[in-house]
Amino acid sequence: MSLRVLVGVKRVIDYAVKIRVRPDKLGVVTDGVKHSMNPFDEIAIEEAVRLKEKKIAKEVVAISCGPTQAQETIRTALAMGADRGIHVEIPAKEVEKLEPLHVAKIMAKLVEQEKADLVVLGKQAIDDDSNATAQMTAALLDWPQATFASKIEKTDGELQVTREVDGGLEIIKVKLPAVVSADLRLNEPRYATLPNIMKAKKKKIAKMKAADLGVDTSPHFEVLDVADPPVREAGIKVEDVDTLVTKLKDAGRI
Amino acid sequence: MPVMLSFSRGVLKCCNGISKFTSRLEPCVTKLGMMGLTSPHRHYVTSLNPSHGLTEEQVAIYQLATDFAVKEMLPNMAIWDEKELFPVDTMRAAAALGFGAIYASEEYGGTGLSRLDASIIFEALSKGCTSTTAYISIHNMCAWMIDHFGNSSQKEQWIPQLAAMEKFASYCLTEPGSGSDAASLSTTAKRDGSDLILNGSKAFISGGGDTDVYLVMCRTGGQGPKGISCVLVEKGTPGLSFGKKEKKVGWNSQPTRMVIFEDCRVPASNIIGSEGQGFNIAMKGLNGGRINIASCSLGAAQASIEAAVDYVKVRKQFSKPLSSFQNTQFRLAEMGTEVVASRLLVRNAAQALQDDHPDTVALCSMAKYFVTERCFQVINEALQLHGGYGYLKDYPVQQYLRDSRVHMILEGTNEVMRLLIARHILSEWK
Repeated sequence: MSLRVLVGVKRVIDYAVKIRVRPDKLGVVTDGVKHSMNPFDEIAIEEAVRLKEKKIAKEVVAISCGPTQAQETIRTALAMGADRGIHVEIPAKEVEKLEPLHVAKIMAKLVEQEKADLVVLGKQAIDDDSNATAQMTAALLDWPQATFASKIEKTDGELQVTREVDGGLEIIKVKLPAVVSADLRLNEPRYATLPNIMKAKKKKIAKMKAADLGVDTSPHFEVLDVADPPVREAGIKVEDVDTLVTKLKDAGRI
Repeated sequence: MPVMLSFSRGVLKCCNGISKFTSRLEPCVTKLGMMGLTSPHRHYVTSLNPSHGLTEEQVAIYQLATDFAVKEMLPNMAIWDEKELFPVDTMRAAAALGFGAIYASEEYGGTGLSRLDASIIFEALSKGCTSTTAYISIHNMCAWMIDHFGNSSQKEQWIPQLAAMEKFASYCLTEPGSGSDAASLSTTAKRDGSDLILNGSKAFISGGGDTDVYLVMCRTGGQGPKGISCVLVEKGTPGLSFGKKEKKVGWNSQPTRMVIFEDCRVPASNIIGSEGQGFNIAMKGLNGGRINIASCSLGAAQASIEAAVDYVKVRKQFSKPLSSFQNTQFRLAEMGTEVVASRLLVRNAAQALQDDHPDTVALCSMAKYFVTERCFQVINEALQLHGGYGYLKDYPVQQYLRDSRVHMILEGTNEVMRLLIARHILSEWK
């Protein structure tokens, strides 16, 4: 059984950057700020490449919906072992307004076009923390979904996935084709090697627009306000537990 | 895209308008004739951010090296320095990514990248540990020397092992009696049938005693440079021994020892290149080595200035962060300018070496002396900006300082660099 795997990779602000709210208070500063691949997507790519090395997958396609620079993110995926890329170009001004539903629709369309057998996505992006694209993609395709995967094993025609849930670990079986979302402990992504970075230059990245896939990217949401979290206040010492309980009640905490 | 040539006062200008083009080579006509540009390097802007001015591929390379440096080296650099550990496993992990023989050709297992690529790699890795990166660069230099001057059986035997860092290499030129006056070296290699018998000693050998392969410049012929050959000697060869491990101010993650030859017998087939070519090979190796060492200083300075910026934004005195004081701002401005100037000089020299530009030796020497000196000052200033904390080993700036100090001395002292540049200036270069 040789699967074609589509993996979504998103270009996000690098996790180490200090985020600053834009003066217009409708977003965060992205100009000139360091961006990199969403860490959960790195894990997704790594898993897909490992599936290829185990001969379970035959081809890994890296897909990114984003501005021109998203190509760098796709190249990183190619350097890690993806075979080719698809860049769905979203104009820079609209990138912020791109929603999980738009991406899910795009992924669903590409699944049809590419005749994919498996979609692996990062569980959430570290900029919007939506944790929705994988679920929506599965729903649009009417495919089973295995989210928060910390282990994936292949059995005949099926995947056995260990999921990290609040109660602990849950092991489920999903029939292929399926959508999986990668959680932190699924694997540790490899470094690209220099030879692979050089080879990645020759791998193909197809370019297209959302409209080419018949997907309308008009926003359904409007951001009203973006603000820094409140400055941390000093704590207060209390004499005894009774005072503590009173103060908590006064603050409406209990 | 139009290329306009305007002749004015004997100077030809070349305009191309857009600076972002990657794959088109813009021919530039100057008084010296057509200069074939082999990379789009000159169309990009170099800045304080080291990944500006690089091609997409180089940005990916820089990112890889930085990630590796921050994750695998930086957490350990203090321990390696304190306990004087030679981090073999970490270096082998770096080699697995292709960092072992970066600019040796792919034919026998090198990575086949350019001098500029190597420079940005060493710049990035130096943040993780300047001393270890400097050793990696020496190892790379040795691998290149074999790759460029060795015969096919030598390359077949050594390049794969050196590229993977299964075996480590050392460069042996300096002796107790000959440092700057390298051509006066006195380690002899006398013919005995199909062998050479080596006698003499080498001083200050990086990696000495722990490495496996020694490229030894020794005298097979008469006096002067033309009597010198480059001979490969393997550790374990009878007659090869080592002095005590030197105690150093920095570069503590690499052992430094004297390398001693007492009737050390090696097959004459271990000569790299031809007999009498050794000095030339040594100097050609050092051209690249100088860019590499300068890149290490640059990386250390970059890491130091970043650390200083973070510190002065946080540290307050007189109810204000240090970053609000004009003196702090002026110091940082000067430091930043020195770093950008250094980066331009190093990358330019790397490109010159790659292109075999006629001024290569002068440009590499300029880069080496300027960058190692200025970047040392930058690191020193960064330490000052940290106040008392800068002097504590809990903070990395003091290690960058101690590690980069020796860069002004080895691979050709900065004084020798000045000699080489002066020679060029006083020669018929105009």
